[in-house]
This record gives sequence, C-alpha cells and structure tokens, in this order.
Amino acid sequence: MTSTDTISIAGTDYSSRLLVGTGKYKDLDETRSAIETSGAQIVTVAIRRTNIGQNQDEPNLLEVISPDKYTILPNTAGCYDTESAVRTCRLARELLDGHDLVKLEVLGDKKTLFPDVPQTLDAAQQLIDDNFKVMVYTSDDPIMAKRFEEMGCVAVMPLAAPIGSGLGIRNPYNIRTIVENANVPILVDAGVGTASDAAIAMELGCDGVLMNTAIAEAKNPVLMASAMKKAIEAGREAYLAGRMPRRAYASASSPIGGHFF
Amino acid sequence: MEVTLNGDPCTIVNDLTIAKFLSTLDLEGKFAIEINQHIIPRSEYPQTPIHPGDNIEIVQAIGGG
Repeated sequence: MTSTDTISIAGTDYSSRLLVGTGKYKDLDETRSAIETSGAQIVTVAIRRTNIGQNQDEPNLLEVISPDKYTILPNTAGCYDTESAVRTCRLARELLDGHDLVKLEVLGDKKTLFPDVPQTLDAAQQLIDDNFKVMVYTSDDPIMAKRFEEMGCVAVMPLAAPIGSGLGIRNPYNIRTIVENANVPILVDAGVGTASDAAIAMELGCDGVLMNTAIAEAKNPVLMASAMKKAIEAGREAYLAGRMPRRAYASASSPIGGHFF
Repeated sequence: MEVTLNGDPCTIVNDLTIAKFLSTLDLEGKFAIEINQHIIPRSEYPQTPIHPGDNIEIVQAIGGG
C-alpha cells in the first residue's frame, strides 16, 4: 500500500480505513489493546450520564483513547428522534472542546436498529446548519445516500446488515451502487462479522469500514483487531488492483502448447 | 434547595454556582453540562447560578460504536 492512499474525511487525511467503536469490551485495557492493534485513527464513543459518586477511581475512556492521539467520533447511539440526536451532538461538541465531527444515527426500531431515515435527514440538516461535520449512518438505499451527500454530510455510512448482527454484506449490489454514485467517502457501518466481510466491503470500493461488535465480541478481540486491519488493507489493495473477470468455465494457468506427453 | 441531577432528585445548598457545585462532586476527566436542556460552556461555570428546580445533566464519553 502506498503512503499516498489515504481517506480524506472533512479535510483530514487518514492512512487507516478502519474505524472502530469502543463498546462491549471487557475492560478499558482490552479496549486500548484492541484499538491500538486495529491501527484505527478514528474512534467512536457514546455520550451518557456521568455516574456521580461511583467508580471515580476508574480511568476515563478519554484517558485511554486520547483525543491527542485519535480523532474522537461521538455518536448518537440510542437516539430515536431528531431532538435527542441533535442534543447529544451539541453536548459532545462541548465535551470535546469544540470538536465538530459527529456520527449521526437516528434509530427507528429497537429490534433491528434500522435507521429512521426521515428523522435522520431532519437531524442531519439541523446539525449541518449548526456547523457540524456529519458522518451519517443510514440504510443501504442509493437514493438516500445521494440525498445525504447533497445536503452536505461529510461521509455516508450505509449499513451492511443490522448493527451488532455480524451478518456481513447482505446487499453488495446496493453498496456498490452507492459507491459508484458518491462524491463523498462511503463507509460500511454495521453488520461486519469477520475479516472476509470487511475485505468484501473494501473490494466493493467502499472508502472504509466502521465496526465495533465484530472485534469486541470476538473470542480474542485483539487478534480480531489485527485480522480486521489486514482485511481492510487487503480488500483495498484488491479493489485498487482490479480483480480478474469472472468466467463460467476454466482457463488453464499453464501453457497449452509445448506438451512432451 | 431541590434540583434534579442526572434524572434523580438531589438536595444541594443554596446560592451555588456550577463551578462551586462541581467542586463538591469530585468528577474526573472530561464532561459537559446542561441545565434545563441548555448547554453551559465550561468558561461560564463560575458565573452560572443554580436555581431551585433546575434539571442538571452531566455527561461524559463512554464506550460505544
């Protein structure tokens, strides 16, 4: 991989195309090890109430995943309406000293965690009007992906399968169509289960992949983080290399002539 | 006076600013504060009073994806 193959998000170039979450880890040591091993430079966090008077001796997440070292991407996970999503982003910006890059998700249903796209559109517009840089989680609908791009989202992040499902790339044709139409980075966000899923997303031409559960719920999260790093790089290189055409029948690899038998 | 702190009723002394109130909580790390759903910038903690009945939210970053 050449050092010039970077992904540019909101004007910043990143050499890693793997973005990772910080949820579901056993403890902060495991979080730190897995994220370091993944090579990720953009790391998502959630915003929640502080436990007042409890666990004050425990290290804070931002001491382990330092904003000096990583681009922190606060999310709006758990928000089911525009208002709470926008409110969460504003709190995150204050919390992170004016940092304005956010991952917007407005969920529509607890069972599937599929996005509520109309409310996501509404929230994205409010956030863009308030000078946020919005990376938006959405469905794998090419028309909606284009709409988010046109309104000014800095990245569009279609799901590959439901959040935390590990079902892999369920609709590669839609993902490819979204990528073909796009003028902003397209990242698969949600649904990756193992390294081959990440490689497939990259081979489809995605600019990156955001994942959490696939690493955190692996039996060995740190080893899976390593696997995902390689899969993202391998998939990217394969995409850039351009794969051979598919054929219905065999094509011999050894010369057909020159037989001595 | 009575306020609501992160969803729970809480009794605190009168005539407190946010800065003084925070000094009683011993919070670590980065956090952000809303009072009645208005974000209070960190620079305004010393001069922002807390009133009876205020709904105070203190949030931080935690693990999430």
